[in-house]
Amino acid sequence: MDNFFQESIAPHFNFWVYVVIMMIGLWAVIAKNNLIKKLIGLSIFQSAIILLYVSLGVKDGAAIPILPHHEEHADAAAPDAGQAAPAPDAVPVSESHRGADHADYAVDPATIVNPLPHVLMLTAIVVGVATLGVALALAQRIFAEFGSLEENELLIQLKAEPTDE
Amino acid sequence: MSDQLPIIVLIAPLFGALLVGLWGMRDHRACYPLVFTALLTSVTAAVAILFRVVNHGAIDYFVGGWEKPLGLGIQLRIDALNAPVLLIITVVALLVSFFSIRRTGEEQAEKTPHFYILFLLLCTGLCGITITADAFNLFVLVEVSSLSSYGLVAMGSNKRGTMAAFHYLLMGTVGASFYLIGVGYLYLKTGSLNMQDFHDILRNNEAIRDSKAITIGFLFMLVGIWIKMAFFPLYGWLPNAYSYAPSSSSSLLAPLMTKVSVYVMLRVMISLFGLEWVFVDLGWSHLVVWLAVVAILAGSLLALGQRELKKMLCYLIVVEVGYMVGGAWLADPNLWGMTGTIYHILADALMTLALFLAAGNFARHLGAVELKDLDGVFRKMPLTSLGFIVAGLAIIGVPPTCGFFSKFYLIRGAIEGDHWEFVVALLVSSLVSAVLFFRIFEIAYFGVKPSDGHGHAHTHEDAYSPEPTQQGRVGDLTLLRREAPLTSLVPLLITGVLIVALGLANGPIVAFIRTFLETLPHGPAL
Repeated sequence: MDNFFQESIAPHFNFWVYVVIMMIGLWAVIAKNNLIKKLIGLSIFQSAIILLYVSLGVKDGAAIPILPHHEEHADAAAPDAGQAAPAPDAVPVSESHRGADHADYAVDPATIVNPLPHVLMLTAIVVGVATLGVALALAQRIFAEFGSLEENELLIQLKAEPTDE
Repeated sequence: MSDQLPIIVLIAPLFGALLVGLWGMRDHRACYPLVFTALLTSVTAAVAILFRVVNHGAIDYFVGGWEKPLGLGIQLRIDALNAPVLLIITVVALLVSFFSIRRTGEEQAEKTPHFYILFLLLCTGLCGITITADAFNLFVLVEVSSLSSYGLVAMGSNKRGTMAAFHYLLMGTVGASFYLIGVGYLYLKTGSLNMQDFHDILRNNEAIRDSKAITIGFLFMLVGIWIKMAFFPLYGWLPNAYSYAPSSSSSLLAPLMTKVSVYVMLRVMISLFGLEWVFVDLGWSHLVVWLAVVAILAGSLLALGQRELKKMLCYLIVVEVGYMVGGAWLADPNLWGMTGTIYHILADALMTLALFLAAGNFARHLGAVELKDLDGVFRKMPLTSLGFIVAGLAIIGVPPTCGFFSKFYLIRGAIEGDHWEFVVALLVSSLVSAVLFFRIFEIAYFGVKPSDGHGHAHTHEDAYSPEPTQQGRVGDLTLLRREAPLTSLVPLLITGVLIVALGLANGPIVAFIRTFLETLPHGPAL
């Protein structure tokens, strides 16, 4: 058991968490009778996927993916450009900065977190919110038309309708 | 300007939707010119793109000029696989927009602009799915089109439509999420979302190619796409969603949504993983073809059991999806199955469109929802019936309609790939659809049989005693008055003509598809 934990669970802990959360969500979507609870399940399901992606970008001891030197340089350069006469030591400074720029761009990927999955998940979160909004609007309309959000009651009402197949 | 064509196809309906939101909300009459302009622009651009692809090969477009080296850009790529699909999407959308002119006024008068906003956003999503070359971007566009389609399904006054839309939303979201998980696994292994990059990495790196994560990712993506396309065991959402939606919505959704999902499956198989990986390394071909056989037979049986016209058509879609999935997975050495599938995407979009337009006209002008309501409909609406017959014959597979040729290529692929079970399923389902449609033709021409308990033979003769004099004169004005309005009729007749034209032009189209399939990196020589 201890061996199993160390070999299978500990190195892939994020995957286990995401699978468990995903299954909880999927179970709620399938098994819950109340439409709102189904939607809560759907949101949990989507959040699990977001967790998966976010955990993909994480590295041990890595920094956030922002390049500070590059920004300082841009700030320093802006007032310089506005002045009529550049300071005498402007040329060497800018040259040294150019060298620093190169170093900044050629950043070691191991030292920063991969930002791309996070950016992707921003989009996925927006999609999830939109889906939830549409779903809640539909649920509201279902409640207005049938007076219930319990699936079994809705099915009984639908069966009672004359145009049923 | 011509370099920007790929983005114009997308932007025209997107901006159209925004403008409808701005102007159409105030003045409903402003909706129509805006919608037509947007869709016409899209169609024109799609035609121009098709010509360029035919003459100069594939087009690559980088959105915002973010070229590949940085690996950040979203690439649009149009090759011989998606240029025809793109054209068919825009043409179908244009035809449905004409059909919907009268409908929106009747079915959802105060919601006309809302309807057209969703309509155009759906077109944007579908065109985007078709031309994107980025696996994650595809997910986003799938959701754009799906969210619009949930709205379109729920638009009607039918209470069942709302319920159907809700279930469709649950299934659709789970499907799209599965696809997203699949993309996550692929990204985890390769660090790339661009289809071409991913494909290159997969080809050059054996460790990645054989890894389980890639297989699991493919499985997630496939199941997600199958939910979206209503492949047999996962079809539950489709019949209710499409048959209880308003007729202008269902005639847009039914031809396009499932077909575009089939295209996505082909794109994932061909461009993302490569046919060699899918057919040789994975080797699930037999399993999937058997699933398709079950889908075809079960769909046919379920269609036989339906008494409502639109429900029956919905089960026919399930059958057609079975054809396309099976055809794509035949793995025959010359890829005739794949050829048939690509051709069938185009053919089926037109056939389904014609059937749903005709069903919409029947429902609107005769109140005909069930099959027995179609009693004597040939005399009442001859032109609509004509369109319906052409589409019905195409579904059965009668030459020279396009349905015959797609079945021909599918069967050829099945024979060369030694999948005789698929041949049998195709032939059986053709027989079943012949039964289905000739049953309708009989009701429509001779009326309901007395034994059906719907009145007696004598009363029928009485009821139609003035009719025989008009029977011979189809073009008679008194007849046309009862026929559907021109805006509903013309799109149907154009679709009928296109069905025959696509069938007659199958030679060059198939040759075009073949040249594409033969240039694949690991082409037909499997």
